[in-house]
Amino acid sequence: MKKLIFGLFIAILPALALAAAPAGQLDTMEPDHANKASLQRGAALFTNYCMGCHSMEYARYKRVSDDLGIPANLYEENLIFTGAKIGELMKISMNKDMAASWFGAPPPDLTLETRLRGEDWVYSYLRGFYKDDSRPFGVNNVVFENVGMPHVLSGLQGLCAVEPKIGMDPSVDPLSGDVRNGEVCSEWASEGSMTPREFNSAMYDLTNFMSYMGDPVMLERHRLGMFALIFVAIFFIFAYLLNREYWKDVH
Amino acid sequence: MNKLLNWVDERLPVVDAWNKHVGKYYAPKNFNVFYFFGSLAMLVLVNQLITGIWLTMSYNPSAEGAFASVEYIMRDVQWGWLLRYLHSTGASAFFVVVYLHMFRGLMYGSYKKPRELIWIFGMLIYLVLMAEAFMGYLLPWGQMSYWGAQVIVNLFGAIPIIGDDLSLWIRGDYLISGITLNRFFALHVVALPIVLLGLVVLHILALHEVGSNNPDGIDIKKNKDENGIPKDGIPFHPYYTVHDLMGVGVFFFVFFIVVFFFPEMGGLFLEKPNFEPANALKTPDHIAPVWYFTPFYAMLRAVTVDLFGLDAKFWGVVVMGGAIAILFVLPWLDKSPVRSMRYKGIISKSALTIFVISFVILGYLGIVPATEGRTTVAQILTTLYFLYFILMPFYTRMEKTKPLPERVTG
Repeated sequence: MKKLIFGLFIAILPALALAAAPAGQLDTMEPDHANKASLQRGAALFTNYCMGCHSMEYARYKRVSDDLGIPANLYEENLIFTGAKIGELMKISMNKDMAASWFGAPPPDLTLETRLRGEDWVYSYLRGFYKDDSRPFGVNNVVFENVGMPHVLSGLQGLCAVEPKIGMDPSVDPLSGDVRNGEVCSEWASEGSMTPREFNSAMYDLTNFMSYMGDPVMLERHRLGMFALIFVAIFFIFAYLLNREYWKDVH
Repeated sequence: MNKLLNWVDERLPVVDAWNKHVGKYYAPKNFNVFYFFGSLAMLVLVNQLITGIWLTMSYNPSAEGAFASVEYIMRDVQWGWLLRYLHSTGASAFFVVVYLHMFRGLMYGSYKKPRELIWIFGMLIYLVLMAEAFMGYLLPWGQMSYWGAQVIVNLFGAIPIIGDDLSLWIRGDYLISGITLNRFFALHVVALPIVLLGLVVLHILALHEVGSNNPDGIDIKKNKDENGIPKDGIPFHPYYTVHDLMGVGVFFFVFFIVVFFFPEMGGLFLEKPNFEPANALKTPDHIAPVWYFTPFYAMLRAVTVDLFGLDAKFWGVVVMGGAIAILFVLPWLDKSPVRSMRYKGIISKSALTIFVISFVILGYLGIVPATEGRTTVAQILTTLYFLYFILMPFYTRMEKTKPLPERVTG
């Protein structure tokens, strides 16, 4: 028995060792798909600020409405701007060829963005814009250098005049007692309607929503996984007893 | 019930077959943990076949629709996400159990006379399995699917004279395209599974003809009782069927942890760039095959010198092909009078240890981007990999072996 468990443990050991990926200079965020209020706020932000250019064309409105507990009629009235029916895929009306000439590359579909780049990346990227007059839209991003996207959330965040500090922990200067890296942005070119804390919280919601969209079945998968494991554990007890009974007469 | 059985048995030898392969197939009683992985490989094969059949019901094998149809399976098809994760995790699980099954063979000399054919059929299964996995990986039509296939098919281009035409013939196009996708789909779901099943049947028929080896590597048929039954043998059913049932339980426990909680396995089982649709105009920063191919990929990259007017890439392909080909002749390289590592000498034991460590580290080096230092390490380890085989006829002959026991031990 011990040998069997040990053998299987050895079998997956290399995979576990390799699974630890190196972390870059990013702020971390822990998605919570059970927090429906956060997901609903994120859905509203995504629809209002992102969906003009970015589709989520592998997902359907209906699924979002069901999973997030947004009544279908409210969803249709307030969160669908293209005239699509609620059962349809979340496509947009922007023409990809024209978008390519406006932005350099067509804005990518974002259904799977968090699975492609990770939640930390998206959360950091959304807060990584700063003023840079050498760029076509007057902004650049510390996480995605020379990105073609304008800072569509500057009305909320404001515009940072210097490179924001992403992926740096706040620390206290031992000589002066000043807090370093306490805020993401140390100097503003223009103010937004949200305080930095409100904006961080809004970006958490937006990233959380995108994380949910990338893997909408995660909560259900974890729930079923527990049942599957309990079933297998009970199955094993019977298999073990059966085996012990038969092997009594083998010497 | 009995009448029905008799009726069938008069027309088809079902009782005979049952007795020969299960009911009166006498297996050594001293199997250890490594003997679970053969039956587990069968289990995973069945998992792949069943989930694969259901996946084809919703999958769209075209460059335009493949990626979206996988997401359709993940989101809109009832239980589609479960079928897909069982299939994608099953692919990796297949290689995990097959590698352990092969390691068992190396450790206890299961390839040695009279089991040479079992080993060769097993190697053919491994080869077909690699082709099956490679072609299946193109089907989701993500970035890594696309560029991985591009890199591997281009390897054939390194062969002198016919290379370029050969890779063109495999792709059916000048670059990986919908045409390639469709033919890989046909091979993945029809041709290769048929070959695989046929080889599995041959593997088992050959095994049941000569009987199973055991951790002591001694022949249990030399010691029979008055009924002609090996004293150290027990019928496969019920003893090993109930025994394997336990193994199935433990396997599913680990398997389900991955399927339900870590289906991407941190990017090892499902690589992150594959969440972006294939794009022929955009090369990913770092192209790495899935983990089970990486030891051979590291060997390919380790060859950096041009030789005899031929490109280093060609020699890399030769080394990679040779690394697999040399396994086929293993039964004739081992000259030791004993089978099991338990009774072989210190040189054999060290050689196998070095071989396994080299293989695992090569697997790691194949995942990470190459640097000068890493390439040097890969070159040393590739040499060690081959030395295990090339020196085997010498060290197995010269070393002192321990005396074999009469009957199997624990």
